[in-house]
Amino acid sequence: MSLVDASAAESLAELAAGRVSAVELTEACLAQIDAHDERVGAFLHVRREAALEEAAGIDRRRAAGESLGALAGLSVAIKDNMCLRGETTTCASRMLADFRPPYDATVVDRLRAADAVIIGKTNLDEFAMGGSTENSALGETRNPWDLGRAPGGSSGGSAAAVAARMVPLAVGSDTGGSIRQPAGLCGVTGMKPTYGRVSRRGLVAFASSLDQIGPLARTAEDAALLLEALAGHDPRDATSVPRKVPAYREGLAKPLKGLRVGIVPEQFAAGLDAQVEASVREGLRVLESLGATIREVALPHSAAGVATYYIIAPCEASSNLARYDGAHYGFRSESTEPTRDAHSREEDNPLVSMYRRTRAGGFGAEVKRRIMLGTYALSAGYYDAYYLKALRVRRLIRQDFDRAFAEVDLLAGPVTASSAFELGEKVDDPLAMYLVDLFTVGANLAGIPGISIPCGFDEGGLPIGLQLQAPPFEEECLLRAAHQFQTATDWHQRRPPL
Amino acid sequence: MALTRADVEKVALLARLSLGEDEVELLTAQLGDIVRYVDQLAELNTEGVEPLAHAVELTNVFREDEVEASLPREDALASAPRQDGECYLVPAVLGE
Amino acid sequence: MSAPYTIVIGLEVHVQLATQSKLFCGCSTKFGAPPNTQTCPVCIGMPGVLPVMNRRAFELALQAATALDCQIASFTKWDRKNYYYPDLPKGYQISQFDLPFSHAGHLDIDDPDSPGNSHRVGIIRVHLEEDAGKSMHDEVAGQADSRIDLNRTGTPLLEIVTEPDLRSPQQAHVFLNEMKLLLTYLGVSDCNMQEGSLRVDANINLHIDADGEKVATPIVEVKNMNSFRAVERALDYEAGRQYDVWQETGQRLGDVPKQTRGWDEAAEVTRGQRHKEESSDYRYFPEPDLAPVTVDDAQRQGVRDVLGELPAALRTRLQQEFALTPYDADVLVGQGRELVDYFLAVAETSGDGRLASNWVQQYVLRTLNEQAIDIGDYGVAAEQLGDLVRRVAAGELDTGRGREVLADMLASGKPAAEVISARGIEQVDASELETLCRELLAANPKIVDDIKAGKQKAVGALIGQAKKMNPNVNPGQVRELCLQLADTM
Repeated sequence: MSLVDASAAESLAELAAGRVSAVELTEACLAQIDAHDERVGAFLHVRREAALEEAAGIDRRRAAGESLGALAGLSVAIKDNMCLRGETTTCASRMLADFRPPYDATVVDRLRAADAVIIGKTNLDEFAMGGSTENSALGETRNPWDLGRAPGGSSGGSAAAVAARMVPLAVGSDTGGSIRQPAGLCGVTGMKPTYGRVSRRGLVAFASSLDQIGPLARTAEDAALLLEALAGHDPRDATSVPRKVPAYREGLAKPLKGLRVGIVPEQFAAGLDAQVEASVREGLRVLESLGATIREVALPHSAAGVATYYIIAPCEASSNLARYDGAHYGFRSESTEPTRDAHSREEDNPLVSMYRRTRAGGFGAEVKRRIMLGTYALSAGYYDAYYLKALRVRRLIRQDFDRAFAEVDLLAGPVTASSAFELGEKVDDPLAMYLVDLFTVGANLAGIPGISIPCGFDEGGLPIGLQLQAPPFEEECLLRAAHQFQTATDWHQRRPPL
Repeated sequence: MALTRADVEKVALLARLSLGEDEVELLTAQLGDIVRYVDQLAELNTEGVEPLAHAVELTNVFREDEVEASLPREDALASAPRQDGECYLVPAVLGE
Repeated sequence: MSAPYTIVIGLEVHVQLATQSKLFCGCSTKFGAPPNTQTCPVCIGMPGVLPVMNRRAFELALQAATALDCQIASFTKWDRKNYYYPDLPKGYQISQFDLPFSHAGHLDIDDPDSPGNSHRVGIIRVHLEEDAGKSMHDEVAGQADSRIDLNRTGTPLLEIVTEPDLRSPQQAHVFLNEMKLLLTYLGVSDCNMQEGSLRVDANINLHIDADGEKVATPIVEVKNMNSFRAVERALDYEAGRQYDVWQETGQRLGDVPKQTRGWDEAAEVTRGQRHKEESSDYRYFPEPDLAPVTVDDAQRQGVRDVLGELPAALRTRLQQEFALTPYDADVLVGQGRELVDYFLAVAETSGDGRLASNWVQQYVLRTLNEQAIDIGDYGVAAEQLGDLVRRVAAGELDTGRGREVLADMLASGKPAAEVISARGIEQVDASELETLCRELLAANPKIVDDIKAGKQKAVGALIGQAKKMNPNVNPGQVRELCLQLADTM
């Protein structure tokens, strides 16, 4: 088995036994990136020298008998919307193309504390807004299983990097499905933890009440390993939950006997691709064979999820992205051409003109669309009808999950209604693109954890994902179910035909 | 509620975006579609339902009143598009 | 002649809270640092940063609102107020919109329009928000750019909004004095207007009696007032201006959009400010990065317990315990808690509150003013001044000599007893004093005649002579004794 095919857990054992060095592992990842990333485009920035240096440092410390962190010597890729001190953090936007934050995100602090080797920053939809990574202003990412197709998004770079064996572990962020959906479309394991489980400090905000950082890996065991390193209370994030982090890996071996799994009939209704349905149903049978019982439950408001999400997320985004105005950092339009007020046709003052030109030039179409949508929904006269209404429906959605979880331990179903779509297929139809999030937005609105694991392939050789969702802070249960599933299946072991 | 061209232009100013003629047209159509779609929420009965703004409902999260080191000024200003070594520079702030 | 209208004024006061660090980050709030040296990623609003609320700021805010008799909400949250301005780097201000932490309070003031009567000013709400930075533009120097300093960005700010209960610019001035006094007693703010830690905006209009009909003029918001005096003058001017405009145009409330005018201190006029209509659409929504705060009854009581004695109660106590006049009590309390504590110690040591009040007001305050120092830096300890005042009260020395002694004490730092003996001041005993007075009267028969004729003033000439013969005599005693003896001659 080549070094890049080994799981993170396997590599850790090899590192501990001295059979491989961190430098060798890092070099193997870099070689894989060199071999394939020109076509895949997973990375926006590879930290070749820094990564090798960090790896060498870990090897030295290991040789000196020092105690090392839980991820010592493993390469990790980070989605480029998380701050890395002194190094470009672009959010795949022209606006931040040259921005170097003066601080590290808390997850970066934690990765460093775990002695992970940060190998580079991965591509994403601009400011994490999108489901295909096609909204990146800085690069194109392709699905390793079919280079003509999108990897999903917004953590498309992280998912593609893991799928293409460029890295065993990657960090993504999930606001409406941005980890689970690309994980599903790229055939890897990706988890959105409970809101508040992982610090958001240093994650460039898209929609603050929905954003959550999580792991992508090839196996559930590796995801558990990475989540354990990332999770935990951060006093610098007021929404971070002060709650102990379980030893996720330790519980993985526990059998699924007696686990109650719920399915939502509507998720299997018209609109779901037949091959996706077949694979997901097969996945349910696997869970049953492992001792789980399956029953139907209702999420009566799930159909309203996408509408609710596409009010709340753009509203928060319109405010979160107001800071990109060319005044204090980032891109500024240097044109002195005045903009004009649409009604009066009067010239805006020089400051307003600078703002408007900068934001017009710095943001891509999807980001502008969502800023416009959010600004509209929050503006005078519309707040109650849209934003406030959406917050009320959000509680109904949360209550649906609470009721369902009174009956079952987990929910299982599809991640997306179809496998990876072609590049360019949906870019001109924003609403169609939004509807891709149908099965994933619920977890973000309710704050609950969800995981996507490979459960089959369609006739075109494209991976299909199974989504499991659990009550708040039941990541352990999700990871255990996913791990047990992966002991009984080998979908997660398949290699893309690169 | 139908979204008009004038709405789009008004919102563009509020959001400090400058839109070209074709962008205004495209956005009027696209945002119109999206707004029509999200209007489905109006049909749900939410009477007596408390808004849920936070996915995890924490309360009383504080930090202590302790001074920590600020950024050296050159680091603070390092990313500024224009600065004079002391301050950020922006086009004239007049009136108001 | 009284004006043919009633002035209606409401104030919006912003007060910086006296915390060490900012509201949402650890940067210092100290005033006067070089530009942009007290900032960090959080207050610069860099990508990815998150706010965490300063506990002390919330505690101080609770104290202020409680002292203003506000209702403290059981549940409060923060909201984003969205607008673009270069001194607001996030593009939104974290403030409170529909659920402020307190509302419905009041502050009573002595009504300058009706002396001796109290006037109650309602407080609509008090909320906690973050301050913005500073933008500087020098049009004279012809700068093309404005310069932005973010040191102040994120400083905790209390916004106090009054009901439109003020009926004159003078009342507004008195209200501001009283509120400043209250807040400085609490120690929640230094309320230093020069350093921008207290800022006032005013809403004003007129209710005009026009042929039996009450007519309200359009409300104007007045800004840029840099002192309480400026507030009074600006409102005076604005009331007159609104009356003139009404006479000219007949414009009523609702006829025109609300106007904002700035006070031009040099020209002593208010001037209209350009105000875009859209800029008031702040698109408030709940701040997703902060957790709401809950307050229970135990906490409410806890806050009341730490407030201490507030100015109004202290004034009453000084009047009742020490028989001070309302005026004297007001002067002392108006000087701040530290001076009142000093007075209380002088009063206690001397055993004479009124005399202590005179001495503190006349001599101590004068020195503080002359030297521009605080009572903490005054060179005579309260117990020493109390000792001196006690001796004056007992007639050991007269006021004039007492003043000399105090000057010596101030210069040398020595206690009263030591200065008195060094100056050879000792009490003149009764027989010695009588001998001296008899000698004086015998030597001045003309004065004795005058006294007998009822011209008691004539005795004054003898006092000077007595002091020459023995500087330790008490002028009051000389006067009394001479009058008494002259009558028997």
